[in-house]
Amino acid sequence: MAEYNMHILVCGGTGCKASQSELIKSNFKTRLNEFGLSDEIQVIMTGCFGFCEKGPIVKILPDNTFYTQVTPEDVSEIVEEHIIKGRKVERLLYKDPESKEHISDTKGMDFYKKQIRIALRNCGFINPENIDEYIGRDGYAALGTCLSEITPDEVIRMIKDSGLRGRGGGGFPTGLKWELTRKSVADQKYVVCNADEGDPGAFMDRSILEGDPHSVLEAMAICGYCIGADKGLVYIRAEYPLAIERLKIAIKQAREYGLLGDDILGTGFNFDVEIRYGAGAFVCGEETALIHSMEGKRGEPTVKPPFPAEKGYNGKPTNVNNVETFANIPVII
Amino acid sequence: MNKIKSLADLKKLQTEVQSKIKLREKGDHSENLIQIKVSMATCGIASGAKETMTYFIEELDHQGIDAIVTQTGCMGYCYAEPTIELTIPGQQPVVYGFVTKAKAQEIIEKHVKLNEMVDGIIPVNYSSIDN
Repeated sequence: MAEYNMHILVCGGTGCKASQSELIKSNFKTRLNEFGLSDEIQVIMTGCFGFCEKGPIVKILPDNTFYTQVTPEDVSEIVEEHIIKGRKVERLLYKDPESKEHISDTKGMDFYKKQIRIALRNCGFINPENIDEYIGRDGYAALGTCLSEITPDEVIRMIKDSGLRGRGGGGFPTGLKWELTRKSVADQKYVVCNADEGDPGAFMDRSILEGDPHSVLEAMAICGYCIGADKGLVYIRAEYPLAIERLKIAIKQAREYGLLGDDILGTGFNFDVEIRYGAGAFVCGEETALIHSMEGKRGEPTVKPPFPAEKGYNGKPTNVNNVETFANIPVII
Repeated sequence: MNKIKSLADLKKLQTEVQSKIKLREKGDHSENLIQIKVSMATCGIASGAKETMTYFIEELDHQGIDAIVTQTGCMGYCYAEPTIELTIPGQQPVVYGFVTKAKAQEIIEKHVKLNEMVDGIIPVNYSSIDN
């Protein structure tokens, strides 16, 4: 059969990976192979489902069944009972803390009921290491549309109208920031993605980079188009090995497709992204300190003005946005 | 991988790859879609349930009808295999017995598309856990 009739999504976020989700995935593959079902059932490792407390998570579609705290030993039971006989494995379903009832569908869970996912729209849905799945979810369509049909000024106006503000915490209007950087005149400008997430216990940026890295790359390219930059830098902390690995894969795949590099989509627009590692200093999440750190200087904030929009990385106009801010951009367009 | 040269090429690729994740998108709003459960226990499989299921998946896909086809266990009507349970959103599930390819085609044409029941319905004497 050409198409899979069932998809098994195994969470590949850092939390679930630490609880052996890699082994769960390979156990699924082995068991399915033994039953001769490898051609009919696809096993995918996705980004974080956001429910790490009950990880590792395994989701089965189209039945929309959400298994929690799955161990590698549980895999055989899921395959034999659920996949083959169509009986859900009750004991692994989420148990509502109040009603004590087992809930199989995320829509019935209080945790997910009221969520509308925008920045995390693809997390736990696509395989972050496969650019095709991102493209299948309208990925890079926003970039394509911007480059071919919309002028930079119009894009900036759209971002302004959307009311998007810096999601790193400062809340500076993103559209205005882009406009200021656009107005600065220079031979070289930069787009910087701030992935120096430092607050203890915070992992929104990591979740996005691990689960949907292409959304950030796409948005950086859009930003580059708006402000007139052909170079993007992601400043990420070295303690995020999985996020770095997935980001590297994403950059490589985007280059292969020509969605990063020279003459993107035949429009003559050039843009490429590089990664810079931070050593994990909290203060380097502040944009001037971050820029100094990237330049190889001591990571210390300096007084603004001059703002990075006028004088940033290497003294050139630089637009610094947070990961989550970027992840919202393609949706706006 | 070949480079994508234009927006049109990107859109073309998008349509191609969309089918790969369509199943997941369907699963996300399953309550609004037609659901077909094919009974796939030993009795069902021996009577050709696998072929029936494949036919449903391919034919519905071919005709561009959004539906979810899943397998389930024995429904207890082993004399009438292959059996399927068809649920139109907002309606009671209907169970059909002896669903061969020809029957499956009739079900798609009449029941799925026009919401007209066809011969071969087994009166159900159970209710499933879900409802």
